[in-house]
Amino acid sequence: MKQPDENQIVVPRRTERRFYGQGIPGVDPRQLAGRLIVVEGADGSGRSTQIARLVEWLEGSGHATVQVGLKRSTLVSEELERAQNGNILSRMTLGLFYATDFADQLENIILPALRAGFIVLADRYIYTLMARDLVRGLDEEWLKNLYGIALEPDAVFYLNVPPEELVQRSFAKNAALDYWESGMDLGLSRDMFDSFMKYQTLMEKTFRQLQRTYGFHIVDGMRSTEAVNNELRKKIGAILAGKLAVT
Amino acid sequence: MKTFAEQNFPGRLIAVEGLDGSGKSTQIYLLKRWLELQNLKVYFSEWNSSELVKSATSKGKKRELLTPTTFSLIHATDFADRYERHLVPLLRAGYLVLCDRYIFTAFARDVVRGCPPEWVRGLYNFAALPDLTFFFKADLEVSLRRILDGRPQLKYFEAGMDLRLSADPYESFRIFQGRILEQYLAMSTEFKFMTVDANQLVEAQQVLVRQLISKKLNLDTFKRAEGVVVRAVSGPRKKNKTVEVAE
Repeated sequence: MKQPDENQIVVPRRTERRFYGQGIPGVDPRQLAGRLIVVEGADGSGRSTQIARLVEWLEGSGHATVQVGLKRSTLVSEELERAQNGNILSRMTLGLFYATDFADQLENIILPALRAGFIVLADRYIYTLMARDLVRGLDEEWLKNLYGIALEPDAVFYLNVPPEELVQRSFAKNAALDYWESGMDLGLSRDMFDSFMKYQTLMEKTFRQLQRTYGFHIVDGMRSTEAVNNELRKKIGAILAGKLAVT
Repeated sequence: MKTFAEQNFPGRLIAVEGLDGSGKSTQIYLLKRWLELQNLKVYFSEWNSSELVKSATSKGKKRELLTPTTFSLIHATDFADRYERHLVPLLRAGYLVLCDRYIFTAFARDVVRGCPPEWVRGLYNFAALPDLTFFFKADLEVSLRRILDGRPQLKYFEAGMDLRLSADPYESFRIFQGRILEQYLAMSTEFKFMTVDANQLVEAQQVLVRQLISKKLNLDTFKRAEGVVVRAVSGPRKKNKTVEVAE
């Protein structure tokens, strides 16, 4: 990768920041100088590969970065994992458990990093959580209130890969389908393959519905890693330079 | 929000609320014994007792990881787990469900901690209202004395130390409990609390509780079928403590 010289480092311009709803008590969003970039997409859509490349590029360009993702909180990640393995969670409990995990990372990692002027790369954000809960029949208004604690990101990229390709990638990687990523708890089908296809189709549909409210950049994830990364860099570069409207 | 009766559940939910040291746990225990001895279908559930969430909550408290938001969410997760897995199915089966603390504890406590009231209420709006709510109203000094007389080791969160009300845990506890009492009193009419004067003797209070229950419910409809062997009658109970502080 070509290293930019020191004069080419873009100093991000301050932009209007806000929470989606009530926010976090005592936090003034105007004091958050950093940038929050979200990459969404199903398992196998290439999120982690893309994020790893973005980190390399951003750091090369003189930006400090921090990464967050789902189920990585100090507070509840282990417990959540254990509960999921037992398949004993009902939908509201699962939803709130994930919300707790999110809130812990929001308050302890995302907000402090933004205050310190870092670029935070989120490997999924509230949209995956909302989509999963919506597919499971939870009320949209209830979810909006719950996730009113979340900060509006500077950009959300949704890596779109159709279920037919996701299933191939999942087999190529693990030779198996994940219970939760197949939505087996929903009873869509006893056949795991059918369930995976149905569940991922529902998730895709729900993301498109959420896109209308939250305005994601939909990125075609069927192209080469290189092509996808170039598009992401171009858009993130424009955001840092203050040229691209906040989503 | 509707009660379980208004939602045509055959069961009924009875909740007790009050400050730590108001004697509500003693009263609900005596109520439970009275109902069980009449061979009624009774289930008892305590705030913050879900096995699933327990280790996360205790870790969060021990290591002081909790913020007002995550404190609220983790208790909501605990509640949702008990609600979905125990309370609702048992109420569908025509049980009398006794709850030592219900959503009003969160309404009072989380708001005192600084969470926006509308957010907290929205979080719990999946839950039906109790059919009967007893509020044990002791003078602040009476309940403080019951807790503080033994000079117990007050834990960080139970003393409300996270609110930075005072550097002295006992002083902090006093102020914290005073504010919670204010919140309870403010919602007493809205949620039709049946207020019991908790400064009275245990027996006097229990007479009142039993009279009110007999008047409001037709207890015969909750009788067990003849010959049913009763095993588990309640959810997990916390270790018996001489001093009962609910956090």
